[in-house]
Amino acid sequence: MHLLRSDSGADGLGFTAPVSEQIPVAQTAPSMDHLDQLEAQSIYIFREAFARLKKIALLWSLGKDSNVMIWLARKAFFGRVPFPALHVDTGKKFPEMYRFRDHYGKEWELDLRVEPCPPIDAVDPTLPPAARSAARKTEGLKMALAKYGFDGLIAGIRRDEEATRAKERVFSPRGLEGNWDVRDQPPEFWDHFNASPPQGAHLRIHPILHWTEADIWAYTKRENIPIIPLYLAKDGKRYRSLGDQDITNPVASTASNIDEILIELEQTKVPERAGRALDHETEDAFERLRVAGYL
Amino acid sequence: MNMIVTPASPATPNGTTRPQVRIVIVGHVDHGKSTLVGRLLHETGSLPDGKLEMLKAVSARRGMPFEWSFLLDALQTERDQGITIDTTQIRFRTNSRDIVLIDAPGHAEFLRNMITGASQADGAVLIIDALEGVRDQTRRHGYLLHLLGVKQVAIVVNKMDRVDFSAERFKEISDEISAHLNGLGVKPTAVIPISARDGDGVADRTDRIGWYKGPTVVEALDALEPARPLEALALRLPVQAIYKFDDRRIVAGRIESGSLIAGDEIVIMPAGKIAKIKTVESWPVTPVAGRQGAGRSVCITLDRELFIERGDIIAHVSAAPRETRRLRARIFWLHDKPLAKGDQLLVRSGPKESRATVVEIEKAVDPGELSSVENKAIGRNHVGEIDISLSNPIATDPYTENPRTGRLVIEVSGRIAGGGLVLSVDAGQRAVPVDIVPVESALRPDERSARYQHNGAVVWLTGLPASGKSTLAKALERRLFSNGGSPILLDGDTLRAGLNSDLGFSAADRSENIRRLAEVATHLARNGHIAIVAAVSPAREDRAAARRIADTAFREIHVATPAEVCEDRDPKGHYKKARAGALASFTGIGNDYEPPQAAELVIDTSTRTVADAVDAIEQMLKATGVLFDEVVDLAANI
Repeated sequence: MHLLRSDSGADGLGFTAPVSEQIPVAQTAPSMDHLDQLEAQSIYIFREAFARLKKIALLWSLGKDSNVMIWLARKAFFGRVPFPALHVDTGKKFPEMYRFRDHYGKEWELDLRVEPCPPIDAVDPTLPPAARSAARKTEGLKMALAKYGFDGLIAGIRRDEEATRAKERVFSPRGLEGNWDVRDQPPEFWDHFNASPPQGAHLRIHPILHWTEADIWAYTKRENIPIIPLYLAKDGKRYRSLGDQDITNPVASTASNIDEILIELEQTKVPERAGRALDHETEDAFERLRVAGYL
Repeated sequence: MNMIVTPASPATPNGTTRPQVRIVIVGHVDHGKSTLVGRLLHETGSLPDGKLEMLKAVSARRGMPFEWSFLLDALQTERDQGITIDTTQIRFRTNSRDIVLIDAPGHAEFLRNMITGASQADGAVLIIDALEGVRDQTRRHGYLLHLLGVKQVAIVVNKMDRVDFSAERFKEISDEISAHLNGLGVKPTAVIPISARDGDGVADRTDRIGWYKGPTVVEALDALEPARPLEALALRLPVQAIYKFDDRRIVAGRIESGSLIAGDEIVIMPAGKIAKIKTVESWPVTPVAGRQGAGRSVCITLDRELFIERGDIIAHVSAAPRETRRLRARIFWLHDKPLAKGDQLLVRSGPKESRATVVEIEKAVDPGELSSVENKAIGRNHVGEIDISLSNPIATDPYTENPRTGRLVIEVSGRIAGGGLVLSVDAGQRAVPVDIVPVESALRPDERSARYQHNGAVVWLTGLPASGKSTLAKALERRLFSNGGSPILLDGDTLRAGLNSDLGFSAADRSENIRRLAEVATHLARNGHIAIVAAVSPAREDRAAARRIADTAFREIHVATPAEVCEDRDPKGHYKKARAGALASFTGIGNDYEPPQAAELVIDTSTRTVADAVDAIEQMLKATGVLFDEVVDLAANI
């Protein structure tokens, strides 16, 4: 729920409301705007995941989406994130990202688990170079899963960022090998989620699947959620999406604050992940990665 | 990659918003969905500059006529190459709406994906080929839209160019599909004749459809209303979780309908416990003053410590949902194995889950078929109405009263297998225990009937006290036994001495008394015996319940001796005591006996002898296939 500052003044505690019988039928609650609706839906998903699974963790990639996720989790659970925040670290992130992690991991009192990825030699050599590099993360994730035995991983993917992600479910079952069977996804409707992974397998939970890139920025601004400065333009370039340093490129931009980013998004026809090399190597590289368990 | 070709931005920096409406285009395969989407993108000015010209040029170069569906294919290819568009969430704009087009595959194999997509839609476009007309997938999708609660449905009759824009053909299809949808309670918002290929009816009413006066497709989309939270309905706050992170005990959930505010008196269903909302909690600022409406994920604290658990429903005291262990639902079924009577399931209604047993399957049909051949089980991609018994009481509403809490999903082996609408909640019905594994008899029914010369049956004698039920029952028992049959007498009063000794004469206890009689009698009937029940059973509803339990074995006999005669007889002295006020809840001297309206037989014992009456019962039992006619029987045994 969105808190209008005027709603929550000092008189909040002493407020006495009439009993329901005395409330005129016409009296209605303040209506919800688009961001309120997105937020309420995400909170619902977080609470479902926490209630229905035994051992979950949130995948914190330090990017704008996963920071919004952490914010939403704190809204759902009153300032706490009652499960670990897992950073599967390729060791190749930007220094700004590591600084951000170390600072806000403490400030937000996260149960931060940093898990390393295996060396590149351990990864499928038939993948193109950038995809192979990203696949390290999949391996790192599998190792973390085996180590902790999570039955649910909360991930900040969105339908609008990439075609194969658009086919995702909110609660998305993974096979025993962490793989995703896009052709045999269970039905999911009316906010009823398939939350019973087979023994030894896990679920991916996607609380912001229904958000768009513009939604993320508008919400970040409204809630004043901290961001990594790399997203803002410097010398005519900014990052729209943050991945490993060696496979992520900035885009041409003059947007130096969130308002300007939102205006830029209104006009651009360049996809969000255009700067992510791994999406473009071969037609099916991304889908192959996702089928194998990549986010 | 973002498909926002014309940027749809519901959350712009300056806070202006246009209503966002999510739609699905459904219908039979090849009736022109892709063509319509391509045409819509063009007509709403949503295509990138030069895209259309480029595709037309490519088509010309290859010597192929241009098809609008190429557009979608081309966008798809580019998407696959990571260039522009995601065809699973296409966005475009009409005059006053941002439209999000949700992908919903038309192929029957992907019905679960169609359902997943359509369940998120505010409105739907059902497309029909003017030449082919209404097809099985058209009907199926129409039915599913109804079950999914998608109320705004625009019908588009496409390929009008193939039928020379015939108004007659259009009316034929329009009437057929409207009748189908009206039968489901869905009223189409528009039925539009179009040629998606040529553009008629999409954004313009061209001369070729000059006879048509309704809206174009773009106008129809522009008139769609976004989903609104159900604030006007009674409060329903299903409890998602109880949190105790600090000294607060917080009840968390999403308001599905209605609204609440601190100070409200609430009831927690199904337990029925009463409390007051102390605070509405939030983060980072708490508590929150002001009314909270439907759609919000909220947290509340209560003014007293109560046992409350996930799945309970919080409502206002004056308008609580019903508690039940028995309900009827209209469902769609997606599982490979058909749903059959006796199947055990997991039912979810909001956060509440309960194991359940299918008591009855009714109206199981393939919604795609025109002739609704009724089946015993609900097959994959079919629909039906089911009567289910729940192991735990749940609080729910019929969907006509609350579309959010009046729906449920069914899980089999941890996977969603179906879902549907709650038609009615049977607050009086008891649950069928789910852990029972019935043991089948070692004997076949025909072995028994060969010996007894009859099939099993429940002969139910209902009537006023002293109307002669027990006398008739005993005489019938003797007659059947003398003929080699296996009758068993179940007298209401006799059973009250033992099996039903815990029951009194309240309406609820009377119902339960009848239910037990019916269950025992039905068990005997299933094992080939003729159970003769003699019980006043004054309530029509209770007897109807007994008939449901015994099903086809039930034979109702109304012993319709006039009340004065009964009171005159008074062998047990009950009328006298009742007249003296010493016997409360006595049926007979009030008007509380509800006579049967369609009994198999009516007997007035004041005008005929017992032997005569038993003859009549025997005749009825022969005529209705319980007693075997000797000739037929001999023939059957040759």
